[in-house]
This record gives sequence, structure tokens and C-alpha cells, in this order.
Amino acid sequence: MRVTFTANGRRVEADDVWEGESLLFVLRERLGLPGSKNACEQGECGSCTVYLDGEPVCSCLVAAGQVQGREVRTVEGLADPETGLDVVQQAFVDAGAVQCGFCTPGLVVQSHDLLRRNPRPSDNDIREALSGNLCRCTGYEMIMDAVRLAAARAGASGEVSR
Amino acid sequence: MSPIRTEKNLQSITTAHPDGVGGSPLRPDGILKVRGEFAYSSDLWHEDMLWGMALRSPHAHARILSIDTTGALTLPGVHAVMTHEDVPGAKFYGLEIHDQPALAFGKVRFQGEPVAIVAADHPETARRALDRIKVEYEVLPTLTTEEQCLHPETYGYVHEPHEYKADASGNVVHEQKVVSGLGVTDEVRATADVVVTGDYEVGMQDQAFLGPESGLAVPAEDGGIDLFVATQWLHVDREQIAPVLGLPEYKVRLTLAGVGGAFGGREDLSMQIHACLLAQRTGRPVKIVYSREESFFGHVHRHPARLSYEHGATRDGRLVYCEARIVLDGGAYASSSPAVVGNAASLGIGPYEVPNVNMLALALYSNNPSCGAMRGFGAVQACFAYETQMDKLAAALDMDPVELRRLNAVSQGSVMPTGQEIDAPAPVAELLRRVKARPLPPALDLTDLDLRDLPGALSNTSHGEGIVRGVGYAVGIKNVGFSEGFDDYSTARVRLEVIGGEPVAMVHTAMAEVGQGGVTVQGQIVRTELGVERVTIHPADTEVGSAGSTSASRQTYMTGGAVKLAAEAVRNELLALGRRRYGWTWNDLSLVGGKVVSASAGPLVPIADLLGDSAIDVTREHHHRPTVAFDKETGQGSGHVQYCFCAHRAVVDVDVELGLVKVVELAAVQDVGRAINPLSVVGQIQGGATQGLGLAVMEEIVVKDGKVLNPSFTDYLIPTILDTPPQPVEVLELADEHAPYGLRGVGEAPTLSSTPAVVAAIRQATGLALNRVPVRPEHLTGTGG
Ligand code: FES
Ligand code: FES
Repeated sequence: MRVTFTANGRRVEADDVWEGESLLFVLRERLGLPGSKNACEQGECGSCTVYLDGEPVCSCLVAAGQVQGREVRTVEGLADPETGLDVVQQAFVDAGAVQCGFCTPGLVVQSHDLLRRNPRPSDNDIREALSGNLCRCTGYEMIMDAVRLAAARAGASGEVSR
Repeated sequence: MSPIRTEKNLQSITTAHPDGVGGSPLRPDGILKVRGEFAYSSDLWHEDMLWGMALRSPHAHARILSIDTTGALTLPGVHAVMTHEDVPGAKFYGLEIHDQPALAFGKVRFQGEPVAIVAADHPETARRALDRIKVEYEVLPTLTTEEQCLHPETYGYVHEPHEYKADASGNVVHEQKVVSGLGVTDEVRATADVVVTGDYEVGMQDQAFLGPESGLAVPAEDGGIDLFVATQWLHVDREQIAPVLGLPEYKVRLTLAGVGGAFGGREDLSMQIHACLLAQRTGRPVKIVYSREESFFGHVHRHPARLSYEHGATRDGRLVYCEARIVLDGGAYASSSPAVVGNAASLGIGPYEVPNVNMLALALYSNNPSCGAMRGFGAVQACFAYETQMDKLAAALDMDPVELRRLNAVSQGSVMPTGQEIDAPAPVAELLRRVKARPLPPALDLTDLDLRDLPGALSNTSHGEGIVRGVGYAVGIKNVGFSEGFDDYSTARVRLEVIGGEPVAMVHTAMAEVGQGGVTVQGQIVRTELGVERVTIHPADTEVGSAGSTSASRQTYMTGGAVKLAAEAVRNELLALGRRRYGWTWNDLSLVGGKVVSASAGPLVPIADLLGDSAIDVTREHHHRPTVAFDKETGQGSGHVQYCFCAHRAVVDVDVELGLVKVVELAAVQDVGRAINPLSVVGQIQGGATQGLGLAVMEEIVVKDGKVLNPSFTDYLIPTILDTPPQPVEVLELADEHAPYGLRGVGEAPTLSSTPAVVAAIRQATGLALNRVPVRPEHLTGTGG
């Protein structure tokens, strides 16, 4: 089948898609957007998190056909190419929240969503919001630091991430 | 943080640089990673590429009667189907013992053993092709228990004696004794006032790195293969791959693709040989990416262990003797079991002075999943047992458990049970003192409760009733680098040239960056040694000499050391050039801020001017000091390069009715010799400790009759951000004068001590014995298990 949708603001089209393919597979293998990760493909790790019509979802659990005509935003589309990095991305680098980085794209998207909804999250809010995103390297402490830092910076600049 | 500094061994010629040694510059790969642009091994793509996939045995032990691949071969889109008959070279490979077939023949010895491989135009085509391969098995009885494995005459062999290069002694892969002092005799026992004994068990833990095993094999014009892969050690992969392909090593070229974590699980081969075989067969690039389920079968795990300990002590708390027996289940193939046994035996008494020791450690062949390297490598299992013993002994003596440990702690100059003297700082007592002195987290405030602070958290299982707090301590000892006479040298190439008017250093090594931050450290070392700003890290590949494995907490020590040597050589060459050209006679030259600087005469010349159009390109090997094998009967020998130590305090809240545990805080104090990158050091300690927390309360591959019951992240749980507490870390820097910059390997020690600390805290809260990890709810409620 053919699937057409918007990815990071661009109209994209994938041909010869097998009905069993996930959105994650189509992004990674057919559209050259491998930023969303494939740590489990079972909906357990959050590494594949993308925005679908503005809602964060596990793209490994979304059948490709379901996104026909819809809007997808991945980690690659988070930052304005002009400005470089989104405040969340920059905070992850600065706080030491990235080791192997395989969890990072999913965590960045999920944290981005958290700060959109809740610009001043408590530690428990952060933990709750990120509880579906596994990280095996960091022990999460520096991920907490990164989200706190992103919230503080976004608050200070009056620029809540979109 | 209040680090202690005694860096007496630092060379004065090296210069301070904010992004140099001791700073925390940002990771060079960080920006790519947060943008989703870093190319991991599973992201690779090649025009015309095929997808490879393996058919795995459903049985833990069976004879293969026949394999019929016709159905698969005739499926459109399938380009190759291969079995053992199609392997052009050696049929076996292995890290230490070549006992593992590239594709099974004759028998399968564990569930998930690869039997056939296919290459197809789509992963789904490949899956369907696997379904069409008919394998006829005669199912054989499995050997899965210690009892069965130790009595092969009755129960049979996993490998027939002398079948491969394995030990001739039946189902024992390797055993190591350690006897020191008088050993443990009746006379020795009689000198103890108090004796405590215990039998302990550690479940099979998985590395659970997030990036699945994956890579891309590309056939080359010279008949060789270029393999892009996530691994821990490029050169040892090549050493094992090339003979199976029937190729000389130089025709198998490996480049490191992005690695999504490793933790020991990538030390053995997984998809490498299969992708290369299929690429060789089809003449097309072949990509293999494991699913999470396949990953559970596709790599080795941490050895599950049964441990028996007996400690004797005097009334005032001095240890008199320790007798211990550690049985590790190595599973179907040897992997690194022999070295794991060596570690268990030589480190299994812990960081304590014990005058009389009788230790036996062994690893078994069984039909369970193969086990090998995982962070902590043989020292984790023992640490859970000896630390539990310390708590038991403290209780029997009515002593404070931390005081008992401090009383018996090793220090610099102590002699290990192997006879090896610890000739570097060993601040075990100080680590314990500091971790205990830390303020405790506040008690639960039941008047202003956030349910998310309770065990059960979001499940709303309690409003504070039935919650009991406990505090526990533990400390551990780990070796750094490969031991027992192994020369795991590392190679580094450093090139200095002028690009765009600026001196730029390039570092080329085969070190596997698996997330630990080795690439950051390499840049720091070069900036410190050469006084340049810009450092380029060349992709890791086999075009340069071996860097050894990214394991055993060794890369900063070994490859960092090699980069330091190469950079120093570049500096010497550059200064020699200056002396020749300008007739300098100063002996106080160094490279600072892109210039040659004399301490007495000030800046002399910019590096860029001195170097001009020429380049200095130097390759150096770094070898650690030699070690020796342990004597087979007595375990005597200076077998280890360096020791490292970490102490933990865990605070837990336990819902004693439901058996739920919440770790409230996990505090660590660790000596790192010198923190080359303090931010990364803390990240390693927190990450390592979290894996130990996982082993304490949730992580286990459940195996029944050789079959894995939980090969998914639905059923194999690793700590989430809700399960993981704040982790204050205090870092000591007591330089080891034998090591580059005085540094000490960091990554593994915290994985040892966090497990027993968490369990000790649960014990304090519940009063239960808890001799097995992971501790599950049913162990706390007495409702099963
Ligand atoms: S890959 Fe989608 S949740 Fe793990
Ligand atoms: S940084 Fe490796 S999984 Fe999170």
C-alpha cells in the first residue's frame, strides 16, 4: 500500500508498504528518519516516541496505515534548523543526560511534551511523565537534571517550548 | 562533592586546559545524539541491501536429525538460506574456547541457538522464510541443575569430553581455588569465637542495553567484507569472524557503528558472523537487527550463581577465616566463563583482610542460556554473598555493620588472599565512613503525602499504612583491566597538523565508544598534552591496532593511556623540531593555548608556525604492568592490574503487606584515583548502581528446564525513572601512581555494592533473611517463591 502523511512539516509518501509495518519502521527504513529508536518494538521502552497530531505516541505501536493524512513530528523535527537545538535537547547535552543516547530521542520528545503541558514540573511530575521511557545507562539522575534545567531555561527566557 | 587530591604523580609538563583532563567538556557526540542524527548500528542502510535473520532452536537440548531449506529457498524475495554446511571456514568460534558453532550442527545445546540463516528483501519475507525451514529434532534430556551438571556419568555431557578444546573434565568449564594462610581447617575454625554461614543465590541478569544487536556487512571488491557493527572490541570480533568466513584477517575490516549500550553483552559475537556469511553468499550488503525477544537469546547474560559462605571471627569482630564455594552456571558455551571464575575466586572474599581462606569457584556447562560478561564480571555475585555475611556477622556480634566492615577493611599495603599486595590507595574504611556520615533523607511525611513517593506509587496501593523504612550498607572490590597474565594492550594514533591556520589534533583508535564517554576523554587528554583546542576523533576501526575491549572498567586507563603516550610523543617531536630550527635550550617547554611556551621565557612560537605544512603522526601502544596467572591449586599470584572500590548506602521504604519496595535514596562514595571527566564519572556511578538496584529487586531472566520464560521488556523489568531514587555521589581522588594521571577504572564497582546495600535495607525494614536476589514481592509477603 501507499502511505502519505506529513513528517516534520514535509509531505512524505511511502510506497509498497506492507500492512504489518509500523510507523516506526516506515520512518526509519523508508523515509530516512532513523532518529526515533527501536529498542523494543513492543511498546515498553519509549525510545520510538514521536508526536502524532501533537500527542506523543510509541511509533512502534502505530500501524503505518493509521497515519495516512496525519501529522507526525519526530526528534529530527523538534528543533528549528535555524536555531540549532530545542531547549530540551540542549539541556540533555549540558546536563550529562546522554550516554549511549539510544533512549535520548524518545526522552527528548516526551520531556518536550511534558514542558509544553507543565512548564514548572515537580520532580514527581517529571518521574511520572517519563516513567514509560527506559534508560539503561544513566540511572536517570542527569535526565532529571536535564528536564529541570530545560524548565528553568524555558521559564527564564519566557519561551515555553512549542 | 569534596574531593581529596593527592596527585603526586602528575607530570608538570602537562598543562591545565578547561576542556582538558579534570574538566567536564560536553560529549563530542552529544549534539548528534539529541537531534536523532547519530548513526547507530540499527540505523544503517545501504542501497540494494538485504535483511538477514536467524532461525533459532526451540529446544534447550536436541539432536538435529535433518534440516530442509527447500520451502524457504523457493519463496520469492529470498536470496539465500544457509546452514552449517554452507560455512566456508572454521565451524566454531569463541572468546576463550572455540566451542560455539557458527550455525548448529549435530546438536543444539540451548534454546535460541542459531540453526539456519536467511537473507531476504524485507524483514517480513525473511520471517516467513524461517517458518518454511523444516528442522527435525530429537529432543534430549536437559542438564540444567548443578546436581546434573556435576554428575555427567549419570546425567550426560553438554559437550562430549574432548569434543572441543573445552576442559576435559566433563561439564566444568573452569575452576579456581584460592587458599591462603592456613586454609580453613578444624584448628583454624577453633580459633573463631563466632561463626556465621549462609547459602545465597543470584538470578540470571541481562545487560538489557537498549540498542539491539545489529550491523551491516558489505561485500568488498577484494573478496573481503566490510562490517559496520556495534561491539565492544573490534579486533577480537575480527579474530573470531575471519576464520569462519575462510578469509585472512586483513580482508575482514570492521568499523564501529553507533553503539546503544553494551555492559558486557556485546563482548561475544551475536549477528556478526551471520551477516558476513550472508553478504559473502549473496554478494549484497546484509543488515541484521535483532528484535528485543531475539536479543534475549542472542547474547550471553550474567552468570546465575549459588554461593555458600562460612565466616569465623573473634569476639571483638576480627575476621579469622572464610570458606566459600561459588558455582556459576555458564550455560551451553564457554564465552568468558574462565575469566569470570578467576574474578569470582580472587575477589570473592571482598575488600577485607581475612588471614585464612579456602575458596573454590567454578563455572558449569549446562543447557541453560550461555553466560559471560556483564558489568561487574564475576565480582557481583560474590559481593551480594559476602556483604550479607558481614551483616549477619555484625548481628551475631551485636556490632554496627559499618564498624565491623571498617575494622576488617583492606587498605594500601594489605595482601589479598591471592598473595597480591594492594600497592595503591584502598580507602575502603574511609568510603564507608563517608557514606554513613551523609545526612539521611527525611522520613515520609504522612500529613502531606504525594502517593508517588510510596512503594506502588502510581498504582495507589497504600496511603502510608504498612510502609516500613530500612537502611543498608555495602562495599565491594573490583579489578580493572584484564587479569591473569593477559596483555590487553591498547593502541592510539595521534596526528597533529595545521588546518585553516589552526593546529588540529586527530585521534585514531579502535576503542568502542558504547556510551561511557571514552571519546570525550580522548579529546581531553589530547588538549591537555598538546595545548590545542580542536581535536577530531577518527571513527574507530580495524585500520589501527587493537584498543582491547570496552569492558573491565579499562578504557580510560588503557586507551586513555595510549592516547597520552602518543600525544606525548607528538609533543616531543614538535619540541625537537623547534629545538632544531630555533636552537632552543630551555628545558621548561610545554604546549599551551596553541603555542610553545617556556616557563621561564614565556611564549615562544605558535604551534601552527612551527609545524607549517608538515604533520606529526605517531602511533603508540600502552601496556599495563604485567600480571600472572593464578596458581591452579592455591590461587596465588599477582593476577590483577588495579583494584577499585565503591561503598553504597541504600534507604528503602517497603510496603510489607504487598511486598513492594521503593528505594528512597542510593548514596555512593567511590575512589576514582583521578576524575578525568567528573561529570562522566558521576554518570557511570549512578548508571552502574542502577543496574545493581535492578538486580536487587526486579531483574531476572527466568529459566525453566532450559527455556526462557520472560524474553521481553514486558516481563523482564529494568528500573524505570520511578523505580530509581536520587543518587548523591561523593568522589574521592586518591591517585594510583601506576596508572595514567593516577586514574582508576570507574564503571563497574558501583554495580557491585548497590545490590547488597538495597537488600540489606529491605532486610532491616522487614527482618527477613533474603538470601536470594532479585527479591520479589512474594519473598517479602511469604506468599510463594
Ligand atoms: S521501540 Fe517503541 S516502545 Fe520500545
Ligand atoms: S543513555 Fe543509554 S539508554 Fe539512556
